[in-house]
Amino acid sequence: MPTKTPAAKKSAASSADHYKKIGAPKLLKIHELMVRARLLEERLIKMSKGGDGFFWIGGPGEEAFNVPLGLQIKKGHGVNFDFLHLHYRSAAIVMSMGAQPIDALRQMRSVATDPYSKGRNFVNHYAIPELNVVPVSPTIETQYSTAIGTGIAQARAKTDAVTVVNGGDAGTAEGDFHSCLVWANRPALPLPILIVVVNNGWGISTAAKTQHGEHQISDWAKVFPDMPGKTINGNDVVESWLALEEAFAYVRKQRKPYLLEVRASRLYGHSSSSGANRIPEADCIALLEDDLVKRGYLKVDGVKKVWEREAVALDEAHKKVKAEPFPAVKTVWEDVFADGLPPSYPTKGGS
Amino acid sequence: MANMAQAIRMALHYGEQNLGVTEIFGEDVGPPLGGVFTATQGLEKAWNAPLDERGIIGAALGLAWAGGRPVAEIQFVDYIFNVIDMLKLAANGHWSSGGRYKTPMVVMTPTGSGIHGSMYHSHSFDSIASKLHGMKVVCPSTPIDAYGLMLAAIKSDDPVLFLKPKALLRSKGEELIPGEPADEKLLHEMIDAPLGDRTKWKAKWPKLIDYTVEIGKAKISHPGTDGTIVTHGRMAPVCLEVARRFQKEGKGSLEVIDLRSIIPYDWEAIKASVKKTGRVVFVNEETEITNFAEHLIRRLVDECFYEMKVRPRLLAGKATPGIALSPNLEYFLQPQTKDVERVVAELLADPA
Repeated sequence: MPTKTPAAKKSAASSADHYKKIGAPKLLKIHELMVRARLLEERLIKMSKGGDGFFWIGGPGEEAFNVPLGLQIKKGHGVNFDFLHLHYRSAAIVMSMGAQPIDALRQMRSVATDPYSKGRNFVNHYAIPELNVVPVSPTIETQYSTAIGTGIAQARAKTDAVTVVNGGDAGTAEGDFHSCLVWANRPALPLPILIVVVNNGWGISTAAKTQHGEHQISDWAKVFPDMPGKTINGNDVVESWLALEEAFAYVRKQRKPYLLEVRASRLYGHSSSSGANRIPEADCIALLEDDLVKRGYLKVDGVKKVWEREAVALDEAHKKVKAEPFPAVKTVWEDVFADGLPPSYPTKGGS
Repeated sequence: MANMAQAIRMALHYGEQNLGVTEIFGEDVGPPLGGVFTATQGLEKAWNAPLDERGIIGAALGLAWAGGRPVAEIQFVDYIFNVIDMLKLAANGHWSSGGRYKTPMVVMTPTGSGIHGSMYHSHSFDSIASKLHGMKVVCPSTPIDAYGLMLAAIKSDDPVLFLKPKALLRSKGEELIPGEPADEKLLHEMIDAPLGDRTKWKAKWPKLIDYTVEIGKAKISHPGTDGTIVTHGRMAPVCLEVARRFQKEGKGSLEVIDLRSIIPYDWEAIKASVKKTGRVVFVNEETEITNFAEHLIRRLVDECFYEMKVRPRLLAGKATPGIALSPNLEYFLQPQTKDVERVVAELLADPA
């Protein structure tokens, strides 16, 4: 079980009685998914450090926002369902949509059964067509440019489905972020895109405050009259849930964009590159558990049981993955082209 | 006869009517201009994008992932350098997702020199494009091939970079496009937008017919037995002209292979011709350092060393930072007819 830090603070939204509106069953489900995602990320870190995989990058600390986001997605395949353009801190989102931890373990170990990349890509790089999760790329911020395309497709269609794009604060310096803002607000065709920026205050080791003069990232919305902008406390489940309800309602109905800045903790640093060690920032799961226990939605013992249950399931999944084979070398020639490799394509790597 | 710009326009019209193309977009692609080279005039699905190349390619990628078959334009290939990582995403998306996401999108862009385009309207991109593994790259040299390759590109489930040799966009071919009226004045009246106010103008399209040039198949535009010229794009008609002249003047029988596709390339056609002639020169507009043809030469050395009578040659652009504007400088930097004649004469004269 996580512990709270002195920096942990509850927001106004938490103290208001929105808990009842969301309801105990949903809050308990959110808690369970948050725990699942956290344990997964911590297991991935251990795998990375223990030689059971290579580089780790992920999003522990963002569960209070990412789980509600995943649960409010209109899930499915095609333009009549929400599209997701995610980055590598999105495990809690896809877990909340029904993805299984075992598949992330497979991608970390880069075994043949990795359903997202066949052992070719880093962990947390999802590609799930049945859920409209388009391929996650290690390139920073390019998802904000590709979101334009699914946004156009959904703007043309008669649907309430929307496009969701998610990334970090440092990446907003890239042109792709501003491409997304401009294209989503074209008078010729406004786009139904929920533009999310999770602001953890860091770009790897560089503090955001040393690079960004804007007061809030959501202030970029101010120059576009039809795009609301909002900054929320993403360590607070209730505030996140309510903000997402409001943002989704606007985008689905108005068919116009919404810019949502989410302040959240980064609990294990940027990635393996920064050591992936625990950092004393506010822990959203501890905050939620505190509230759930205080309100009588869950007992302390019940909290413990959730962690134990999820840990056992993860252990079993990990054990299974360890017995799975690595991909055969010949598979590298699969999927180069959709219609197969031409017979005379060079495959020797030189003379 | 239709010119290449008209041929591309007709292919796009066929695509939007019959092949599920729902978005044709780029800078100045929609009305009133219809493209800086007029290749998108009169199209129902053509529209103007913001002046943002990254957004254009990103939009195409998203549209393709959403189940569409978009055709996006980068106004000049010289402007494509700031979207190379987006093109890489398009190229590697199928592979990196373990085959789960196909990317059926076409990116078309005018390439090469020949219009006095100076530093940023004369670049070639062929060699860099050939490094975007997973992307198909085509470059026609005639209107009929432009039509057939565009239809193939639209039908492909892979991303296709369609390089339009800008110096050839006004050139006419020797074959009618299937469905094209024989009277070119009539075609002009039907599909070329008028000067001045175009707000009420609509194209009257001929009844076009499906015609596909298979991606990866070269064309032997001139058969020969004494030497092989492997070329594409703007240099293809130049090489054809030289081959015909050499034939007529009894200077030698040259086989001209118009690659049409750079990736995948028609290795079997190249190999068969070189095995027959024993002499080969590669001619293209790209600069000579790390020229795409150097890969083909290395492969020939590996696989056909003993069939080659003389060393393989390359005629390419000079490796300067750009193409200069002054005509004498541009003509020096890029292969011209006289350069092709010289290198071919040397190829044929080289003692075996």
